[in-house]
Amino acid sequence: MHELAITEGIIKIASEVAEKNKAKKVLNIKIKCGDFSGVVPSLIQEYFDIVSKGTIVEGAKLIIDRVPIRIYCFECQSESEIQRSQICCPKCGAYKYKMISGKEFFVESLEVE
Amino acid sequence: MEIKVVKQIMGWNEDCSNEIKKELDEKKVFMINIMGSPGAGKTSVIVELIKELSKDYKVAVIEGDITGQIDAEKISQMGIPVVQLNTDGACHIEAMSIKNILNYFNLNDIDVLLIENIGNLVCPAEFNLGEDLKVAILSIPEGDDKVQKYPLMFSVANVLLLNKFDMRDYFEFDEEKVIKYAKGLNPELEVYRFSSRKEYDNKEFFNSIKEKIKNKLTR
Repeated sequence: MHELAITEGIIKIASEVAEKNKAKKVLNIKIKCGDFSGVVPSLIQEYFDIVSKGTIVEGAKLIIDRVPIRIYCFECQSESEIQRSQICCPKCGAYKYKMISGKEFFVESLEVE
Repeated sequence: MEIKVVKQIMGWNEDCSNEIKKELDEKKVFMINIMGSPGAGKTSVIVELIKELSKDYKVAVIEGDITGQIDAEKISQMGIPVVQLNTDGACHIEAMSIKNILNYFNLNDIDVLLIENIGNLVCPAEFNLGEDLKVAILSIPEGDDKVQKYPLMFSVANVLLLNKFDMRDYFEFDEEKVIKYAKGLNPELEVYRFSSRKEYDNKEFFNSIKEKIKNKLTR
């Protein structure tokens, strides 16, 4: 639901970086997005195309790199990849673990000309 | 040409949330962010908290709602300072809104500030507000599958309140399952059973909250 606010955040970050680097045009914006972050990437591009009109980032393509959820299990002391809905260690079934990746949500880089 | 950026997209909210935290630390105000579905009983829990906490502390409330001020009126009748925050359609409260609304309160005269977030188990979980404590309310009639369906909410909360616990037998609510899943996501999570019916004893929850408030205010 709040993808619009998020999109505005992306445009703000990308515009600042592009202007600072005196870019003429932004070709694409690479974003890392963890599977646990609750963001719907497909909606962001749609909003982006609308909200970015008239800005330096207009026409840029969002390249969204999804980061899978990885956990470290304290019980069997191993690392695994899990799905969002799966909340125990797939190897031993324990619930005591920490999340190593999957909550990321940041602009990684810009391709400009 | 490729330019490395690495900037948090939610950074604007995080920065603002940190500013609020700093201000509330200076003014010694303990802020609780109360989240849950529509109808989970957020307002009723707040009413019970006000009754209990106002014996020892000065309490104020920020009432978040998409529109209207039904809840704010209810709280106001209790003689508690309350500010209604209408998000005008937005599904959550952002730190910036809280920062603006803090100007309406005299923070020197408040010990505990309760925020009623928008009724929603999804978006509010993603926005830190500079609070000291996040309370997620899950009421028995909502069903015991909500932790699996909305994992983010239960992984960011500090306290899970199983509300309307007096109804458990009517809904075959498997609380052991809920607690197991929730603690799996969030081993530090504290879980309490709650009901705002008169005959129900919520002492354990109140004591835990009071202990946390005391720790901050006497620090």
